[in-house]
Amino acid sequence: MAAEHLILAALGTPLVGAVGIALSHRTPNWRETVTLTTAAALLLCVAALLPGVLAGARPALRLMEVLPGLDLAFAVEPLGMLFALVASGLWIVNSLYSIGYMRGNDEANQTRFYICFALAIAAALGIAFSANVFTLFVFYELLTLITYPLVTHHGSDKARNGGRTYLGLLVGTSVLFLLPALVFTWHVAGTTDFAPGGILGGRLDGLALAGLLALYMFGLGKAALMPFHRWLPAAMVAPTPVSALLHAVAVVKAGVFSVVKVVVYVFGLDGLAGSADWLVAVAGFTILAASVVALNADNLKRRLAYSTVSQLSYVVLAAALLAPLSVVGAALHIAAHALGKITLFFAAGAIYTAAHKTEVSQLDGIGRRMPWTMGAFAVGALSMIGLPPAAGFVSKWYMLSGAMAASHWLAVAVIVVSTLLNAGYFLPIVWRAFFRPVSAEDERHPHGEAPLPMVFALSLTAAGTLALFFSPDVPLALAQQMLRGLP
Amino acid sequence: MLAHFVDHFDYWAMIFLAMAGLFIVIARGNLIKKLVGLGIFQTSVYLLYVAPGKIVGGTAPIVAEGFRVYSNPLPHVLILTAIVVGVATLALGLALVVRIREAYDSIEEDEILRRDHAPEVTPSRGEGAGGKVVP
Amino acid sequence: MNLAAHLPALQVVLPLAAAPLAVLLRGRGAAFMLVTLAAWAAFAVSILLWLQVNASGPISYAIGSWAPPWGIEYRVDSLSALLLMLVCGIAAVVLPYARASIERELRQDVHYLFYAMFALCLAGLAGIAITGDAFNLFVFLEISSLSSYVLIALGRDRRALVAAYQYLIMGTIGATFIVVGVGLLYLKTGTLNLADMGVRLQEMTSHRPVLAALAFLTVGISLKLALFPLHQWLPNAYAYAPSAVSAFLAATATKVSVYALLRFYFSVFGETAVFKRLPMEDLMLILALAGMFVASAVAIFQHDLKRLFAYSSVAQIGYIVLGISFDSVTGLTATIAHLVNHAVTKGGLFLLLGAVMAGMGGVTLARVHGIGRVMPLTAFGIVLCGLGLIGVPGTAGFVSKWYLILAALEKGQWWLVFLIVASSLLAVAYVWRFVEAAYFHAPRADLATVREAPAGLAIPAWTLVGATIWFGLDTSVTVGSAARAAAMLLGGAP
Repeated sequence: MAAEHLILAALGTPLVGAVGIALSHRTPNWRETVTLTTAAALLLCVAALLPGVLAGARPALRLMEVLPGLDLAFAVEPLGMLFALVASGLWIVNSLYSIGYMRGNDEANQTRFYICFALAIAAALGIAFSANVFTLFVFYELLTLITYPLVTHHGSDKARNGGRTYLGLLVGTSVLFLLPALVFTWHVAGTTDFAPGGILGGRLDGLALAGLLALYMFGLGKAALMPFHRWLPAAMVAPTPVSALLHAVAVVKAGVFSVVKVVVYVFGLDGLAGSADWLVAVAGFTILAASVVALNADNLKRRLAYSTVSQLSYVVLAAALLAPLSVVGAALHIAAHALGKITLFFAAGAIYTAAHKTEVSQLDGIGRRMPWTMGAFAVGALSMIGLPPAAGFVSKWYMLSGAMAASHWLAVAVIVVSTLLNAGYFLPIVWRAFFRPVSAEDERHPHGEAPLPMVFALSLTAAGTLALFFSPDVPLALAQQMLRGLP
Repeated sequence: MLAHFVDHFDYWAMIFLAMAGLFIVIARGNLIKKLVGLGIFQTSVYLLYVAPGKIVGGTAPIVAEGFRVYSNPLPHVLILTAIVVGVATLALGLALVVRIREAYDSIEEDEILRRDHAPEVTPSRGEGAGGKVVP
Repeated sequence: MNLAAHLPALQVVLPLAAAPLAVLLRGRGAAFMLVTLAAWAAFAVSILLWLQVNASGPISYAIGSWAPPWGIEYRVDSLSALLLMLVCGIAAVVLPYARASIERELRQDVHYLFYAMFALCLAGLAGIAITGDAFNLFVFLEISSLSSYVLIALGRDRRALVAAYQYLIMGTIGATFIVVGVGLLYLKTGTLNLADMGVRLQEMTSHRPVLAALAFLTVGISLKLALFPLHQWLPNAYAYAPSAVSAFLAATATKVSVYALLRFYFSVFGETAVFKRLPMEDLMLILALAGMFVASAVAIFQHDLKRLFAYSSVAQIGYIVLGISFDSVTGLTATIAHLVNHAVTKGGLFLLLGAVMAGMGGVTLARVHGIGRVMPLTAFGIVLCGLGLIGVPGTAGFVSKWYLILAALEKGQWWLVFLIVASSLLAVAYVWRFVEAAYFHAPRADLATVREAPAGLAIPAWTLVGATIWFGLDTSVTVGSAARAAAMLLGGAP
């Protein structure tokens, strides 16, 4: 199969899958089979693109011309390849986990859930493979809309309010800032096609350049840069598999992926020199502030959400440093954080399903009852902190080296301090789970591990987190290729 | 100044009629009176067209021996059309007023508005309101 | 006789002749068949005209073989061809819907009159778009207006009568203003042919009667197109009219008035006279912005969905007029593209609301609670159209917004860019009121067994919903035509 067809297949597979899920809504077993088959087929399509991309091929596909000169077009470049791999790979694991979670908690409207999930993955792949800012914008908006029913899945007043914040901030930022940025780019450059080295070609400088960068950075609200991060904790009303999808795979990664892509392929690292210092400061502030909030959050999912806010800003910070090493770190962190954070969310959901606990303070001694879950949690936590032998260490290493190479001491300080803060809010959970005695109240309610599909899924992602530490070859190769196109 | 006024008296008449008509439409609450005002307003425009069609010393525009100056017939033709439109508008307006009277038992604007906002009134047209609603 | 040469006449004559014939036939089935066939034929004619104009430039047709400028000229150029296609296309979709819809909303003995009035309205709207004669334009305007007053008055609610009366008063004042404007222009130029007028006005752009004529025409046409703050007649008229009528008028009536405005501004006065002598640009800009924000804000607080989306129409007209105020090819492209895009979106939306009316018995927000559960397809369609109003990429509304922003950027007006996008956030707010009512509440107990809309209502409605998506992805017809028309209006190639 030609690579162009593979792109089409990758985008079309989840859509076909969604139709299949809708048709089989009467028989849950069949429906779940369709979901898993679709996810597997998708991973095959994406993986089949990988060897070619590693070998330097850049397959492209032009779907249609929407406006004169403005195409809905796709092109696979290394960074997009990495994001697509992460998204499609984790979809399988997430589906497996969802089946356990949705059945274990007897959720309603499961068919709608799986359909929206498949569509969300299709939108994420559209973002990953977009060949220009316009296509990226289209799928970015679609992703927001498709995930809205997922966030508000419970249909309660709380879900509605969370949905309002989610939609309000994401649509608000993208319409207010990203759309003008897109039209402005088109107006200035006459194209929105991503190209190595950027497309602005020095036509903007000073205030205009910094302004456009600000429009992009705040417009890409999914990257949760403060002060537009509130949607992320608000979206916590969603069922846990959705939180895992939103906060580890599709949505937030779409945000930071777009940030890196825009910085590298629209502005170009050289083109931005001197105009991105403010962004380092904003991202640094977000990292530290979100960490402090996480430190004080007792609700486990809320703590994870703020941890995500801060981890996302690592990527933004690394991109804003404009040093090749740190940008490689940013790309790596997309994969590393995805694996680690999805593990943590899976664990949170497993705890909720097995023990019906949501607060950190309730977790005394739970590690002895759910060893697999909490073991995986510990691996994920290590990755967040950036300690070996977890994947987070590798990406943080590159970021730190980049910051030092650029002699950006503020960034170095932020990374060091935030590492301490990360340890401050993750290690107590692990310690509490394994070393504190089970409370007397809990003694009367014995429980074991969560349903098998969930435990299997979270062990898998934890193993992935470790594996990425020992052999980061593929993501590293992709990240470095991304920069090799630069002059 | 006075000469200017006299020379353009047809325009002044037109402006006076137009303003009088518009004033009635705006100031009166009675739906029939509004239509009267609307009629006056429209009539003023007929004058605007017809008056300039008159050419001093001209005759009816029929080509005949001995006449060289004719009035312009086109404005008259146009206004004939406009009058027809005006009549149709008035007829439709009156028909609507009849139906409104049947439905609200009033042709005063404020009274009608009050009845629609009064809580005891059912919003759908009731019996004897002309429009028997087919379920 | 060569039929193809007489297409422009057929365009108007077909529906015009269908109206009295429908009255003579009296049978509702026969009247429906006749008027629908006439509308479909008119649609076919408009497509042929559009193709012909694209292939070989504007068509001039002398009614009764009286050569222009003495006789009445029908003139089809790229702008009028697009409008004709829009008006006839919407009519062709709405009529089959009307058959199923008025079955529920009107007494059976007036059905044939409904079809006759519909045909007259279509003839009038098509006539405005095709005629090249100023006074003829007024006559067609009145034909369409009078028939639309009747159509609105047919509404089931007694408030429809009052709404029709108010529309009649406002509409007649507007039409009379237009006649005054045309009269002044006639007095100055001695011609009624629009093109001829335009040529003769070139030498007298600063004469006072010409400026007065411009003012009268602007006010008169603005009344008809419901430009803020002259929009008061619109919400009630749309809210209480029969569903099919709301859809047809929302999609076409104001759009054709916009066409008349464009025609007078750019073909008659020529852009220099209009935009340089008077502060028209600023005036249009301010009124458009006020409309965009005030009407959207008012829409957020409506309880009746038809009124809500009627106010949204006023706001969307703001976008259309905003494009005119830029006085650039990009701006006019945005105007004309949005004309079509909004017509399709709003038409589909009102058709769906009619289906809701048929199923749930009303369209207040409290009544449509849980409609996402009982009428899932209809509710989803409304959401799609709502996204079109917001301007989400992939829908028609996005395309027009794109050109508006581009036009603002070309002028270097950054603040305007932000106002445009900010106003679309207000659209999110009112569309989401429906979403939350539809999906976050359980349906009322007595409405829990409501079924999905019948095919007779659903198929026409989804045709327009589909068009909303289609015109968001394939813009060759809309933007292509709009760009040609804009270039023509601003003096480029026709």
